[in-house]
Amino acid sequence: MTTQKTNIPAAATVATGQKAEYSLTVYTENQIGLLNRIAIMFSRRKINVISLNTSPTEVDSVHRFTIVINETEEVVRKLCRQIEKQVDVLKAFYNTDEEIIWQEMALYKVPTDEVAEKVKVERLLRKYGARAVVIRKDYTVFETTGHREETDSLIKALEPYGLIEFVRSARVAIIKDSKGFHEKLKSYEKSDPGEELIENEFLNQQDEVFTM
Amino acid sequence: METLEIAKAKKAKAETTSISGSVAVLEALIAENVTEIFGYPGGAIMPIYDALYDYERKLHHILVRHEQGAIHAAQGYARASGKTGVVFATSGPGATNLVTGLADAMIDSTPVVCITGQVFAQLLGTDAFQETDVVNITTPITKWNYQVTDASEIPSVLAKAFYIASSGRPGPVLVDITKNAQQQLFEYAGYKKCDHIRSYRPKPIIRKEYVENAAKLINEAKKPFVIFGQGIILGKAEKEFTAFLEKGNLPAAWTILGMSAIPTDHPLGVGMLGMHGNYGPNVLTNECDVLIAVGMRFDDRVTGRLDKYAKQAKIIHLDIDPAEIDKNVKTTVSVWGDCKETLPMLTALIDKKDHKSWLQKFATLKKQEDETCINAELNPTGEEMTMGEVIKTLNELTKGNAIIVTDVGQHQMVACRYAKYNNSKSNITSGGLGTMGFALPAAIGAKLGTPNNTVIAIAGDGGFQMNIQELGTIMQSNIGVKILVLNNQFLGMVRQWQELFMDKRYSFTNITSPDFVKVAEAYNIPGEKVTDRSALKNALQKMLESKGAYLLEVMVGKENNVFPMVPQGCSVSEIRLK
Ligand SMILES: Cc1ncc(C[n+]2csc(CCOP(=O)(O)OP(=O)(O)O)c2C)c(N)n1
Repeated sequence: MTTQKTNIPAAATVATGQKAEYSLTVYTENQIGLLNRIAIMFSRRKINVISLNTSPTEVDSVHRFTIVINETEEVVRKLCRQIEKQVDVLKAFYNTDEEIIWQEMALYKVPTDEVAEKVKVERLLRKYGARAVVIRKDYTVFETTGHREETDSLIKALEPYGLIEFVRSARVAIIKDSKGFHEKLKSYEKSDPGEELIENEFLNQQDEVFTM
Repeated sequence: METLEIAKAKKAKAETTSISGSVAVLEALIAENVTEIFGYPGGAIMPIYDALYDYERKLHHILVRHEQGAIHAAQGYARASGKTGVVFATSGPGATNLVTGLADAMIDSTPVVCITGQVFAQLLGTDAFQETDVVNITTPITKWNYQVTDASEIPSVLAKAFYIASSGRPGPVLVDITKNAQQQLFEYAGYKKCDHIRSYRPKPIIRKEYVENAAKLINEAKKPFVIFGQGIILGKAEKEFTAFLEKGNLPAAWTILGMSAIPTDHPLGVGMLGMHGNYGPNVLTNECDVLIAVGMRFDDRVTGRLDKYAKQAKIIHLDIDPAEIDKNVKTTVSVWGDCKETLPMLTALIDKKDHKSWLQKFATLKKQEDETCINAELNPTGEEMTMGEVIKTLNELTKGNAIIVTDVGQHQMVACRYAKYNNSKSNITSGGLGTMGFALPAAIGAKLGTPNNTVIAIAGDGGFQMNIQELGTIMQSNIGVKILVLNNQFLGMVRQWQELFMDKRYSFTNITSPDFVKVAEAYNIPGEKVTDRSALKNALQKMLESKGAYLLEVMVGKENNVFPMVPQGCSVSEIRLK
């Protein structure tokens, strides 16, 4: 899974419809192997995943994936149906950026002396709403949360001051209009509770086995 | 209160018994009415095989010669009997040998449950002997898969496995069980079948208004055309479908997997669709005004060029799998649901019609196809035998009552074009994946699934050699499969493409074969080789009348082609008659 954005050629390869950024929200059972089952739906079609986040939901046993891809609506719709068809998937939605509230978090590591010496840097950080997470003698780590354009432009702004390291999280998104499914999930969980996740509990007992 | 709790707990305890994971596997199979298992033992599945030793009378295990043979046999078993096929294989190479069959069962929606052994849970990820990450290898080619590391999971996981494999749109399921879980003793409280998984909707909810819209379109249609796939057979909706066709007098053509859902001689059956299908159905796909697709998925071998496919028609699609709707062909009305339920609803709403002149069009094109290619194929005047005349002669003897299992290639297309089928589930072939080597093991399974039927495997000289080792299974388990090898001394289908599209550059398509009759004889299977037309009918008769397994090799023309043909990149109406 790369977090890099692909260079999309100007002329869309699919005749009908334009490519756009879509966020897929996939509600699943909390099962091992499901990440792979979902990830290969994209790689099989050679679709780059721009960002992927896994998270718990408001309901205990249900898990939630937020996946961002750049595709035509037609492709996204078909993908969503294929994903929803998986046995352990409860529901899959896709939304354009306008239909969701979304955020990404970024961390920036900058040499502390630069920050301390140059008032400009401080002003810059304030302008972007960045917050210092760690301040050490040698470096300072800042955090911002926002849309990609914001985190991206802060990288550009910090580059001249010796940005040492940058990392951005996957997108987390909330669908503006999601009340209906929330209620469904709640009632599911009440009438039909999810199964417990079973992990391998033996991995540290390798020495005790000899096998043919 | 307290005493009640204790009493309950005591009672619960008394009702459980301590059994091993391996025994739990076999108990699960018995509870699921499994009678046949196709498998091959090995280190990581030895505890299950050890338990099987005591279950020999309840569960019939067929020792195959290669795990690919096991899964194809399970597929043939499932396709012929309508039950779920079961496979045992060991970890590592045993499990990886299942991959082709899983992919085949996935694309052809065949219910199969594979149980694979796995190394001890402690050793997962250590590159232990015969450790392969089978769950991840098989994820894209299973409907569901799961790794068990604790014996107590076995009953519920297998219950889920059988439910998922056979419900909704069926498919293969793989359960990987670590060796420690097979050996482990646990408190067993009995087996409970699964009939519900909260995240899984095997059948979409039927929306009545869509059925009504579909009926309206059909009633307004002047040239309605039904195309159908395996969904009819999988949905056990043959009767409902026939009633639908007959009420509306609707011409209907089948996909290769839909074949045999209605008898091939049904007056409304107009033939096979697709690349080597019949002329009429292909041409008239681009002339009908309403195309009614039932339980099929618009495979590219059926549609040819999509941008020239039935563009003039309104399209109705009935399918149980919502992901199939609008996947390849955009529908006007989609009817989600199990066709066993949707078809009667639709039948009730459609008008009785005769569509005489429209049906006549199919008859006219059939005549044209007869004259330009079918007659020459079925009644050749040249010295060489054709595959078509072999099938025609076989029809005369079986009268359409045999199960025909084909391999992949020219003989497959010819068999599907010309074989007669009276009964549903009697055409078994690898459609979506086109797996050479399928026929022999699948026929073994089909025979075991329907012991009273005559089962004939038809294979080319190439594909027969791909799983020829399964002759050993036939020998050991005494399975009365008839084997018909149509030998053209070429990888015929590829050669045909080389001839037509690559200037006859026959790159690695001529193939030599052993003396098949001798090979069969070495396995204690009687056989005969026919090179002359005059001996054909008697030889076929002898094959059919022989008591057990039998091999008949027929030498056919080396460079015959299968026609009609929709060349790649062409529209279905550009089908070539020669
Ligand atoms: C496992 C596998 N490998 C390769 C192919 C490609 N292929 C399709 S048809 C064919 C030729 C089959 O030859 P033969 O079995 O002799 O049958 P014929 O076409 O001559 O009837 C080949 C090689 C395939 N379908 N499956």
